[in-house]
Amino acid sequence: MEGNLNLTLKIWRQKNARVAGKFETYQVSGISTDMSFLEMIDVLNNRLIEEGDDPVAFDHDCREGICGMCSMYINGRPHGPNRGVTTCQLHMRSFKDGQTITVEPWRSSAFPVIKDLVVNRSAFDRIIAAGGFVSVNTGNAQDANSLPIPKENADQAFAAAACIGCGACVAACKNASAMLFTSAKISQLALLPQGQVEAGKRAEAMVAQMDEEGFGACSNTGACEAECPKGISLENIARMNREYFSSTFSSK
Amino acid sequence: MAWLAKSLNSSLGKKLIMAITGLFLISFLLVHCGLNATIFLNDGGAAFNEGAEFMAHNPIIRTMEIVLFGGLLLHIFDGLRLWLANKKKRPVAYAVVDGAANSKWYSRSMGLLGTLLLIFLIVHLRHFWYFSRLTNDLTETHTLYNEMQIVFQSPIVVLIYVLGCISLGYHLLHGFQSAFQTMGWNHPKYTPTIKTIGAIYSIIIAALFAAMPIAFYFNLIQ
Repeated sequence: MEGNLNLTLKIWRQKNARVAGKFETYQVSGISTDMSFLEMIDVLNNRLIEEGDDPVAFDHDCREGICGMCSMYINGRPHGPNRGVTTCQLHMRSFKDGQTITVEPWRSSAFPVIKDLVVNRSAFDRIIAAGGFVSVNTGNAQDANSLPIPKENADQAFAAAACIGCGACVAACKNASAMLFTSAKISQLALLPQGQVEAGKRAEAMVAQMDEEGFGACSNTGACEAECPKGISLENIARMNREYFSSTFSSK
Repeated sequence: MAWLAKSLNSSLGKKLIMAITGLFLISFLLVHCGLNATIFLNDGGAAFNEGAEFMAHNPIIRTMEIVLFGGLLLHIFDGLRLWLANKKKRPVAYAVVDGAANSKWYSRSMGLLGTLLLIFLIVHLRHFWYFSRLTNDLTETHTLYNEMQIVFQSPIVVLIYVLGCISLGYHLLHGFQSAFQTMGWNHPKYTPTIKTIGAIYSIIIAALFAAMPIAFYFNLIQ
């Protein structure tokens, strides 16, 4: 069909975390430019299943850019060539006919490969858990605006909370650092009055957990911010640094 | 003091040491460059020699010299420690990396630029610091200015110095603004100003320093 793509895919295949992986090359043809990248992989997988081969394992869930599951490192960039999108929102019109596309999993010692392109991102969950509780009453939600917060502050906190925990920041970083993620999770609470009470303790605990998980340090290259599908700002990392040091230097 | 060790040994703490020592070295460069730039006064090095004489004998300056070496060593040691820790975090390398799409090459190459700077620094200290501090060759008739005239007659030395200055310029271009980010100073009010000042500082310092050996080599100053 006219306008359809014939592509060469170099995909990382790895049975599990214990064995070494390698690239396999696949040819796909007649790929519609309207397809998402994941749908293109679906086409390949249908064929592999029909041929009795093992389909390519990859994470995906919502397929509308909000869950953060689709972790693919495409042609040297997390989530492929476009800015501000997840892999499921990357469409095949971003590629040229005859192109070779290299697909790798997120690579970090803290994100071990489960299979093929699927990595274990539980380290992120443990960082969040290390943050502990927020002092709010349980039970019925209180009335809206009973705790007045200026819109700019609420917006800032919301912008940090937009992080979907996909791990593109870690994948993009030359040090596999999780600072953008951790700082967003620290900021979303530190920016609101409800999160103030435990803000210092939370920053210390989450940073300690982040280091323990085996993520690298920050070189301030800004690659994470550029590759983040949700546009999380480097300002959050500066805020995390402030929260962390003001707490370590003042806590009792 | 266990809390301080814990804080400064965290991934954030290592970066804080990098930032503080970096800014300290940046302030030193300003003094060093300002004093050396007096050679462009074309007074036969009179002002420069006077400054060098002051630097060599003032007790406060001599004490700061020890602090400066301490700061430099800490910056190198901390950088090495970060580099070693960071490179373990991605045991399997990517087959394809498009770094240019999301960051500046010099921001990703601070370790390499720093290593080049260290090599340059050893050559540089051997030329001038060793001459003025550890030998008795510095006299009224053979001043530090005269030594510069002699050293910069070699085109290879001039080339090493120019390459050193280019490495310095790029190292500063990232390091200057990066230090403020690490210390938590990132705000729409002043971050653009910090970045502008950092860029101007890096270019001026690197260009002025590079102009010195070139000026001597081509006899542009008397």
